[in-house]
Amino acid sequence: MGMVQDIVSWILLTGGGFFVLVGGIGVLRMPNLYTRMHAASVTDTLGAVLVLGGIMVQAGLSLAAIKLAAILLFLLITSPTSSYALAHSALLAGIQPDAGRGADPEDHP
Amino acid sequence: MTVLFGIFLLTLVVITALGIVHTKNLFVAVMLLGIFSLLIAANFFLLDAADVALTEAAVGAGISTVLFLGALALTSERERAATPHRWLSLAVVVSATLVVLYATFDKPTFGDPNAPVHQHVGPWYLEKTPEYVDIPNVVTAVLGTFRGYDTLGEVFVVFTAGIGVLFLLSGGGPASPTERRARPAESAIGLRDDLIPRVVARLLVPFILLFGLYVQFHGEYGPGGGFQAGALIAAAFILYALVEGEGRTLEALPRKALMALTVAGALLYGGVGLAGIVLGSEFLDYSVLASNPVKGQQIGIILIELGVGMTVTGVLLSIFHAFAAREQT
Repeated sequence: MGMVQDIVSWILLTGGGFFVLVGGIGVLRMPNLYTRMHAASVTDTLGAVLVLGGIMVQAGLSLAAIKLAAILLFLLITSPTSSYALAHSALLAGIQPDAGRGADPEDHP
Repeated sequence: MTVLFGIFLLTLVVITALGIVHTKNLFVAVMLLGIFSLLIAANFFLLDAADVALTEAAVGAGISTVLFLGALALTSERERAATPHRWLSLAVVVSATLVVLYATFDKPTFGDPNAPVHQHVGPWYLEKTPEYVDIPNVVTAVLGTFRGYDTLGEVFVVFTAGIGVLFLLSGGGPASPTERRARPAESAIGLRDDLIPRVVARLLVPFILLFGLYVQFHGEYGPGGGFQAGALIAAAFILYALVEGEGRTLEALPRKALMALTVAGALLYGGVGLAGIVLGSEFLDYSVLASNPVKGQQIGIILIELGVGMTVTGVLLSIFHAFAAREQT
Protein backbone atom coordinates (compact mmCIF):
# COMPACT_ATOMS: atom_id res chain seq x y z
CA MET A 1 0.00 0.00 0.00
CA GLY A 2 2.70 2.43 1.05
CA MET A 3 4.69 1.86 -2.12
CA VAL A 4 1.69 2.27 -4.43
CA GLN A 5 0.61 5.36 -2.50
CA ASP A 6 4.06 6.89 -2.89
CA ILE A 7 4.23 6.17 -6.62
CA VAL A 8 0.76 7.58 -7.31
CA SER A 9 1.38 10.69 -5.24
CA TRP A 10 4.76 11.29 -6.88
CA ILE A 11 3.23 10.97 -10.34
CA LEU A 12 0.53 13.48 -9.37
CA LEU A 13 3.02 15.86 -7.71
CA THR A 14 5.44 15.74 -10.64
CA GLY A 15 2.59 16.28 -13.10
CA GLY A 16 1.33 19.22 -11.02
CA GLY A 17 4.82 20.68 -10.85
CA PHE A 18 5.14 20.34 -14.62
CA PHE A 19 1.92 22.24 -15.25
CA VAL A 20 2.90 24.96 -12.76
CA LEU A 21 6.19 25.31 -14.65
CA VAL A 22 4.38 25.41 -17.99
CA GLY A 23 2.04 28.08 -16.60
CA GLY A 24 5.01 30.12 -15.41
CA ILE A 25 6.78 29.91 -18.77
CA GLY A 26 3.51 30.80 -20.49
CA VAL A 27 3.03 33.93 -18.37
CA LEU A 28 6.53 35.04 -19.30
CA ARG A 29 6.37 34.16 -23.01
CA MET A 30 2.79 34.92 -24.06
CA PRO A 31 2.36 38.19 -25.94
CA ASN A 32 -0.66 39.89 -24.32
CA LEU A 33 -2.92 39.97 -21.29
CA TYR A 34 -5.55 37.43 -22.32
CA THR A 35 -3.12 34.81 -23.56
CA ARG A 36 -1.06 35.30 -20.38
CA MET A 37 -4.15 34.76 -18.29
CA HIS A 38 -4.80 31.62 -20.28
CA ALA A 39 -1.33 30.38 -19.36
CA ALA A 40 -1.74 31.36 -15.70
CA SER A 41 -5.01 29.47 -15.48
CA VAL A 42 -3.11 26.23 -16.12
CA THR A 43 -1.33 26.83 -12.81
CA ASP A 44 -4.59 27.64 -11.06
CA THR A 45 -6.54 24.62 -12.24
CA LEU A 46 -4.56 21.62 -13.44
CA GLY A 47 -1.43 22.44 -11.43
CA ALA A 48 -3.33 23.03 -8.19
CA VAL A 49 -5.57 19.98 -8.63
CA LEU A 50 -2.66 17.65 -9.32
CA VAL A 51 -0.43 18.99 -6.52
CA LEU A 52 -3.23 18.94 -3.95
CA GLY A 53 -4.31 15.50 -5.19
CA GLY A 54 -0.76 14.25 -4.74
CA ILE A 55 -0.62 15.58 -1.17
CA MET A 56 -4.04 14.06 -0.46
CA VAL A 57 -2.79 10.66 -1.57
CA GLN A 58 0.18 11.13 0.76
CA ALA A 59 -2.12 12.08 3.63
CA GLY A 60 -4.34 9.03 3.19
CA LEU A 61 -7.76 8.90 4.82
CA SER A 62 -7.31 11.51 7.53
CA LEU A 63 -8.45 14.92 8.71
CA ALA A 64 -5.62 16.46 6.68
CA ALA A 65 -7.03 14.93 3.48
CA ILE A 66 -10.47 16.42 4.22
CA LYS A 67 -8.90 19.84 4.83
CA LEU A 68 -7.00 19.54 1.55
CA ALA A 69 -10.22 18.57 -0.23
CA ALA A 70 -11.87 21.69 1.20
CA ILE A 71 -8.95 23.83 -0.01
CA LEU A 72 -9.25 22.21 -3.45
CA LEU A 73 -12.99 22.88 -3.55
CA PHE A 74 -12.51 26.55 -2.65
CA LEU A 75 -9.66 26.91 -5.15
CA LEU A 76 -11.81 25.44 -7.90
CA ILE A 77 -14.52 27.99 -7.10
CA THR A 78 -12.37 31.06 -6.50
CA SER A 79 -9.64 30.92 -9.12
CA PRO A 80 -11.94 30.79 -12.18
CA THR A 81 -13.93 33.60 -10.58
CA SER A 82 -10.86 35.76 -10.11
CA SER A 83 -9.77 34.99 -13.68
CA TYR A 84 -13.21 36.00 -14.86
CA ALA A 85 -13.13 39.22 -12.80
CA LEU A 86 -9.67 40.08 -14.14
CA ALA A 87 -10.63 39.43 -17.78
CA HIS A 88 -13.90 41.29 -17.36
CA SER A 89 -12.26 44.37 -15.87
CA ALA A 90 -9.57 44.25 -18.56
CA LEU A 91 -12.34 44.27 -21.17
CA LEU A 92 -14.05 47.17 -19.40
CA ALA A 93 -10.71 49.00 -19.31
CA GLY A 94 -10.67 48.75 -23.11
CA ILE A 95 -8.13 46.03 -23.80
CA GLN A 96 -9.41 44.20 -26.88
CA PRO A 97 -9.10 40.41 -26.95
CA ASP A 98 -7.49 39.55 -30.28
CA ALA A 99 -5.30 36.50 -30.43
CA GLY A 100 -3.38 37.57 -33.54
CA ARG A 101 -2.67 41.05 -32.24
CA GLY A 102 0.62 40.40 -30.51
CA ALA A 103 1.94 42.32 -27.54
CA ASP A 104 -0.04 44.88 -25.51
CA PRO A 105 1.07 48.40 -26.38
CA GLU A 106 2.08 49.09 -22.76
CA ASP A 107 4.63 46.31 -22.80
CA HIS A 108 7.12 48.16 -24.95
CA PRO A 109 7.08 51.82 -23.99
CA MET B 1 15.96 20.27 3.22
CA THR B 2 14.44 22.99 5.40
CA VAL B 3 17.55 25.10 4.89
CA LEU B 4 17.29 24.63 1.12
CA PHE B 5 13.63 25.67 1.06
CA GLY B 6 14.45 28.58 3.36
CA ILE B 7 17.21 29.84 1.09
CA PHE B 8 14.91 29.47 -1.94
CA LEU B 9 12.08 31.42 -0.28
CA LEU B 10 14.42 34.09 1.07
CA THR B 11 15.93 34.53 -2.40
CA LEU B 12 12.43 35.09 -3.75
CA VAL B 13 11.82 37.58 -0.90
CA VAL B 14 14.93 39.53 -1.88
CA ILE B 15 13.93 39.52 -5.56
CA THR B 16 10.43 40.73 -4.66
CA ALA B 17 11.86 43.45 -2.42
CA LEU B 18 14.13 44.65 -5.24
CA GLY B 19 11.12 44.63 -7.55
CA ILE B 20 9.15 46.79 -5.09
CA VAL B 21 11.99 49.30 -4.90
CA HIS B 22 12.53 49.29 -8.63
CA THR B 23 8.98 49.68 -9.94
CA LYS B 24 7.58 53.14 -10.52
CA ASN B 25 4.01 51.88 -10.73
CA LEU B 26 2.53 51.92 -7.23
CA PHE B 27 -0.17 49.41 -8.15
CA VAL B 28 2.52 46.89 -9.11
CA ALA B 29 4.36 47.71 -5.88
CA VAL B 30 1.24 46.96 -3.82
CA MET B 31 0.77 43.61 -5.56
CA LEU B 32 4.44 42.79 -5.00
CA LEU B 33 4.06 43.70 -1.32
CA GLY B 34 1.27 41.14 -1.09
CA ILE B 35 3.52 38.50 -2.66
CA PHE B 36 6.32 39.58 -0.30
CA SER B 37 4.07 38.98 2.72
CA LEU B 38 2.95 35.61 1.39
CA LEU B 39 6.57 34.52 0.89
CA ILE B 40 7.49 35.68 4.38
CA ALA B 41 4.47 33.77 5.71
CA ALA B 42 5.66 30.60 3.93
CA ASN B 43 9.06 31.19 5.47
CA PHE B 44 7.61 31.52 8.96
CA PHE B 45 5.68 28.32 8.41
CA LEU B 46 8.88 26.59 7.34
CA LEU B 47 10.37 27.62 10.70
CA ASP B 48 7.34 26.03 12.48
CA ALA B 49 5.95 29.43 13.49
CA ALA B 50 2.42 28.66 12.34
CA ASP B 51 0.79 31.44 14.41
CA VAL B 52 3.04 34.13 12.98
CA ALA B 53 2.61 32.71 9.47
CA LEU B 54 -1.17 32.89 9.78
CA THR B 55 -1.00 36.47 11.02
CA GLU B 56 1.37 37.50 8.24
CA ALA B 57 -0.78 35.87 5.56
CA ALA B 58 -4.05 37.32 6.86
CA VAL B 59 -2.83 40.81 7.73
CA GLY B 60 0.19 41.33 5.48
CA ALA B 61 -1.00 39.67 2.29
CA GLY B 62 -4.72 40.16 2.79
CA ILE B 63 -5.89 43.24 4.62
CA SER B 64 -2.81 45.43 4.04
CA THR B 65 -3.16 44.92 0.28
CA VAL B 66 -6.80 46.01 0.40
CA LEU B 67 -5.95 49.07 2.50
CA PHE B 68 -3.06 49.98 0.20
CA LEU B 69 -5.38 49.73 -2.79
CA GLY B 70 -7.88 51.92 -0.95
CA ALA B 71 -5.14 54.47 -0.38
CA LEU B 72 -4.05 54.22 -4.03
CA ALA B 73 -7.57 55.02 -5.17
CA LEU B 74 -7.14 58.39 -3.42
CA THR B 75 -3.86 59.20 -5.07
CA SER B 76 -2.05 58.61 -8.34
CA GLU B 77 -0.80 55.27 -9.55
CA ARG B 78 2.61 56.59 -10.55
CA GLU B 79 5.44 57.24 -8.18
CA ARG B 80 6.78 60.77 -8.09
CA ALA B 81 10.22 61.28 -9.62
CA ALA B 82 13.00 60.43 -7.21
CA THR B 83 14.52 63.18 -5.10
CA PRO B 84 18.08 64.14 -6.01
CA HIS B 85 19.67 62.70 -2.84
CA ARG B 86 20.22 59.29 -4.37
CA TRP B 87 23.91 58.98 -3.51
CA LEU B 88 23.28 59.97 0.08
CA SER B 89 20.51 57.36 0.37
CA LEU B 90 22.73 54.75 -1.22
CA ALA B 91 25.53 55.53 1.24
CA VAL B 92 23.15 55.27 4.22
CA VAL B 93 21.68 51.98 2.98
CA VAL B 94 25.08 50.46 2.22
CA SER B 95 26.54 51.40 5.60
CA ALA B 96 23.44 50.16 7.44
CA THR B 97 23.61 46.88 5.50
CA LEU B 98 27.28 46.46 6.40
CA VAL B 99 26.54 47.08 10.08
CA VAL B 100 23.70 44.52 10.04
CA LEU B 101 25.90 42.00 8.20
CA TYR B 102 28.67 42.56 10.77
CA ALA B 103 26.13 42.01 13.56
CA THR B 104 25.03 38.68 12.08
CA PHE B 105 28.50 37.23 12.71
CA ASP B 106 27.70 37.24 16.42
CA LYS B 107 24.41 35.44 15.98
CA PRO B 108 24.11 31.75 16.87
CA THR B 109 23.84 29.32 13.98
CA PHE B 110 20.40 28.36 12.63
CA GLY B 111 18.60 25.90 14.92
CA ASP B 112 21.29 25.98 17.62
CA PRO B 113 19.62 24.69 20.83
CA ASN B 114 22.17 26.56 22.96
CA ALA B 115 21.19 29.92 21.49
CA PRO B 116 20.20 32.47 24.16
CA VAL B 117 16.67 32.69 22.79
CA HIS B 118 16.18 29.00 23.53
CA GLN B 119 17.83 29.24 26.94
CA HIS B 120 16.13 32.32 28.38
CA VAL B 121 12.41 32.11 29.25
CA GLY B 122 11.42 29.71 26.43
CA PRO B 123 12.00 26.46 28.36
CA TRP B 124 10.14 27.89 31.35
CA TYR B 125 7.09 28.67 29.17
CA LEU B 126 7.15 25.19 27.64
CA GLU B 127 7.49 23.56 31.04
CA LYS B 128 4.95 25.62 32.97
CA THR B 129 2.18 26.07 30.36
CA PRO B 130 0.61 22.63 31.02
CA GLU B 131 0.75 23.30 34.75
CA TYR B 132 -0.52 26.89 34.88
CA VAL B 133 -2.74 27.22 31.80
CA ASP B 134 -3.19 23.69 30.44
CA ILE B 135 -3.78 24.52 26.77
CA PRO B 136 -1.96 22.78 23.90
CA ASN B 137 -0.88 25.91 22.01
CA VAL B 138 1.96 27.43 24.04
CA VAL B 139 2.07 30.46 21.71
CA THR B 140 -1.42 31.47 22.79
CA ALA B 141 -0.50 30.94 26.43
CA VAL B 142 2.58 33.14 26.04
CA LEU B 143 0.69 35.88 24.17
CA GLY B 144 -2.44 35.76 26.29
CA THR B 145 -1.24 35.37 29.81
CA PHE B 146 2.55 35.24 30.32
CA ARG B 147 3.05 38.30 28.13
CA GLY B 148 -0.46 39.70 28.49
CA TYR B 149 0.92 43.23 28.92
CA ASP B 150 2.54 43.13 25.48
CA THR B 151 -0.64 41.94 23.82
CA LEU B 152 -2.65 44.60 25.65
CA GLY B 153 -0.17 47.13 24.33
CA GLU B 154 -0.60 45.77 20.78
CA VAL B 155 -4.38 46.05 21.04
CA PHE B 156 -4.08 49.66 22.18
CA VAL B 157 -1.65 50.37 19.33
CA VAL B 158 -4.19 48.99 16.84
CA PHE B 159 -6.93 50.99 18.57
CA THR B 160 -4.91 54.22 18.50
CA ALA B 161 -3.87 53.67 14.88
CA GLY B 162 -7.50 53.16 13.92
CA ILE B 163 -8.58 56.34 15.67
CA GLY B 164 -5.72 58.22 14.02
CA VAL B 165 -6.62 57.03 10.51
CA LEU B 166 -10.27 57.88 11.09
CA PHE B 167 -9.31 61.39 12.20
CA LEU B 168 -7.17 61.86 9.08
CA LEU B 169 -9.78 60.52 6.67
CA SER B 170 -13.03 61.66 8.28
CA GLY B 171 -15.00 64.65 7.12
CA GLY B 172 -16.78 65.15 3.83
CA GLY B 173 -18.44 61.76 3.61
CA PRO B 174 -22.19 61.39 4.14
CA ALA B 175 -22.98 60.03 7.55
CA SER B 176 -25.96 57.71 7.33
CA PRO B 177 -26.24 54.62 5.13
CA THR B 178 -29.65 55.67 3.78
CA GLU B 179 -28.11 58.89 2.53
CA ARG B 180 -25.36 56.95 0.79
CA ARG B 181 -27.77 54.56 -0.86
CA ALA B 182 -29.73 57.42 -2.32
CA ARG B 183 -26.69 58.54 -4.28
CA PRO B 184 -26.78 57.50 -7.93
CA ALA B 185 -23.06 56.79 -7.86
CA GLU B 186 -23.67 54.01 -5.38
CA SER B 187 -24.89 51.60 -8.04
CA ALA B 188 -21.55 51.93 -9.78
CA ILE B 189 -19.72 50.85 -6.64
CA GLY B 190 -19.09 47.15 -6.39
CA LEU B 191 -19.87 44.54 -8.96
CA ARG B 192 -23.61 44.54 -8.48
CA ASP B 193 -24.32 43.90 -12.16
CA ASP B 194 -21.61 41.30 -12.44
CA LEU B 195 -23.33 38.02 -11.77
CA ILE B 196 -20.48 35.52 -11.41
CA PRO B 197 -18.27 37.28 -8.83
CA ARG B 198 -21.39 38.29 -6.95
CA VAL B 199 -22.77 34.77 -6.65
CA VAL B 200 -19.39 33.28 -5.78
CA ALA B 201 -18.64 35.97 -3.21
CA ARG B 202 -22.03 35.54 -1.57
CA LEU B 203 -21.29 31.83 -1.44
CA LEU B 204 -17.88 32.36 0.15
CA VAL B 205 -18.65 35.05 2.74
CA PRO B 206 -20.35 32.68 5.25
CA PHE B 207 -17.44 30.25 4.99
CA ILE B 208 -14.90 33.00 5.56
CA LEU B 209 -16.84 34.19 8.61
CA LEU B 210 -17.06 30.64 9.90
CA PHE B 211 -13.33 30.16 9.40
CA GLY B 212 -12.69 33.46 11.18
CA LEU B 213 -14.71 32.31 14.17
CA TYR B 214 -12.90 28.96 14.09
CA VAL B 215 -9.54 30.73 14.15
CA GLN B 216 -10.81 32.98 16.95
CA PHE B 217 -11.97 30.21 19.27
CA HIS B 218 -9.52 27.52 18.27
CA GLY B 219 -6.51 29.63 19.21
CA GLU B 220 -5.99 27.62 22.40
CA TYR B 221 -5.61 24.39 20.45
CA GLY B 222 -4.03 25.35 17.13
CA PRO B 223 -2.58 28.34 15.35
CA GLY B 224 -4.90 31.28 15.63
CA GLY B 225 -6.24 33.96 17.89
CA GLY B 226 -7.84 37.35 17.88
CA PHE B 227 -5.54 39.16 15.45
CA GLN B 228 -5.86 36.59 12.67
CA ALA B 229 -9.56 36.10 13.26
CA GLY B 230 -10.17 39.85 13.21
CA ALA B 231 -8.40 40.15 9.87
CA LEU B 232 -10.37 37.22 8.42
CA ILE B 233 -13.74 38.53 9.56
CA ALA B 234 -12.88 41.98 8.24
CA ALA B 235 -11.90 40.36 4.93
CA ALA B 236 -15.30 38.68 4.69
CA PHE B 237 -17.07 42.02 5.13
CA ILE B 238 -14.74 43.73 2.65
CA LEU B 239 -15.49 41.03 0.06
CA TYR B 240 -19.19 41.61 0.67
CA ALA B 241 -18.67 45.34 0.25
CA LEU B 242 -16.81 44.80 -3.02
CA VAL B 243 -19.63 42.86 -4.65
CA GLU B 244 -22.72 44.31 -3.00
CA GLY B 245 -21.63 47.88 -2.61
CA GLU B 246 -20.59 49.65 0.53
CA GLY B 247 -24.08 50.79 1.50
CA ARG B 248 -25.39 47.27 1.98
CA THR B 249 -22.38 46.41 4.14
CA LEU B 250 -22.92 49.48 6.29
CA GLU B 251 -26.54 48.44 6.73
CA ALA B 252 -25.43 45.05 7.98
CA LEU B 253 -22.75 46.51 10.25
CA PRO B 254 -23.11 50.29 10.66
CA ARG B 255 -20.26 52.63 11.53
CA LYS B 256 -21.55 53.07 15.06
CA ALA B 257 -21.54 49.31 15.60
CA LEU B 258 -17.97 49.16 14.29
CA MET B 259 -16.92 51.93 16.65
CA ALA B 260 -18.68 50.16 19.53
CA LEU B 261 -16.93 46.91 18.57
CA THR B 262 -13.53 48.64 18.53
CA VAL B 263 -14.03 50.30 21.90
CA ALA B 264 -15.70 47.29 23.51
CA GLY B 265 -12.82 45.02 22.49
CA ALA B 266 -10.18 47.24 24.07
CA LEU B 267 -12.39 47.75 27.15
CA LEU B 268 -12.99 44.01 27.47
CA TYR B 269 -9.24 43.35 27.50
CA GLY B 270 -8.58 46.11 29.99
CA GLY B 271 -11.62 45.09 32.04
CA VAL B 272 -10.42 41.51 32.35
CA GLY B 273 -7.10 42.94 33.53
CA LEU B 274 -8.81 45.13 36.12
CA ALA B 275 -10.99 42.21 37.25
CA GLY B 276 -7.77 40.58 38.38
CA ILE B 277 -7.13 43.53 40.72
CA VAL B 278 -10.72 43.66 41.96
CA LEU B 279 -10.68 39.95 42.77
CA GLY B 280 -7.58 40.43 44.88
CA SER B 281 -4.64 39.67 42.64
CA GLU B 282 -2.56 41.63 40.11
CA PHE B 283 -3.44 43.35 36.82
CA LEU B 284 -3.95 40.80 34.03
CA ASP B 285 -3.70 37.84 36.42
CA TYR B 286 -6.55 35.61 35.27
CA SER B 287 -6.03 32.92 37.89
CA VAL B 288 -8.58 34.53 40.20
CA LEU B 289 -11.37 34.64 37.59
CA ALA B 290 -12.53 31.15 38.61
CA SER B 291 -12.17 29.06 41.73
CA ASN B 292 -9.70 26.84 39.88
CA PRO B 293 -6.68 28.96 38.81
CA VAL B 294 -6.09 26.92 35.63
CA LYS B 295 -9.75 27.35 34.64
CA GLY B 296 -9.42 31.06 35.41
CA GLN B 297 -6.44 31.33 33.07
CA GLN B 298 -8.38 29.62 30.28
CA ILE B 299 -11.42 31.88 30.75
CA GLY B 300 -9.15 34.92 30.82
CA ILE B 301 -7.43 33.92 27.58
CA ILE B 302 -10.74 33.32 25.78
CA LEU B 303 -12.03 36.73 26.96
CA ILE B 304 -8.95 38.72 26.01
CA GLU B 305 -8.69 36.96 22.62
CA LEU B 306 -12.32 37.93 22.05
CA GLY B 307 -11.40 41.53 22.91
CA VAL B 308 -8.47 41.43 20.50
CA GLY B 309 -10.67 40.02 17.73
CA MET B 310 -13.36 42.65 18.27
CA THR B 311 -10.93 45.55 18.22
CA VAL B 312 -9.05 44.31 15.16
CA THR B 313 -12.27 43.68 13.21
CA GLY B 314 -13.68 47.06 14.18
CA VAL B 315 -10.53 49.01 13.36
CA LEU B 316 -9.87 47.31 10.02
CA LEU B 317 -13.45 47.71 8.81
CA SER B 318 -13.63 51.32 10.01
CA ILE B 319 -10.47 52.14 8.09
CA PHE B 320 -11.80 50.37 4.99
CA HIS B 321 -15.06 52.31 5.14
CA ALA B 322 -13.19 55.56 5.72
CA PHE B 323 -11.18 54.96 2.54
CA ALA B 324 -14.27 53.95 0.59
CA ALA B 325 -16.13 57.08 1.70
CA ARG B 326 -13.26 59.25 0.49
CA GLU B 327 -13.28 57.64 -2.93
CA GLN B 328 -16.82 58.77 -3.58
CA THR B 329 -16.50 62.35 -2.40
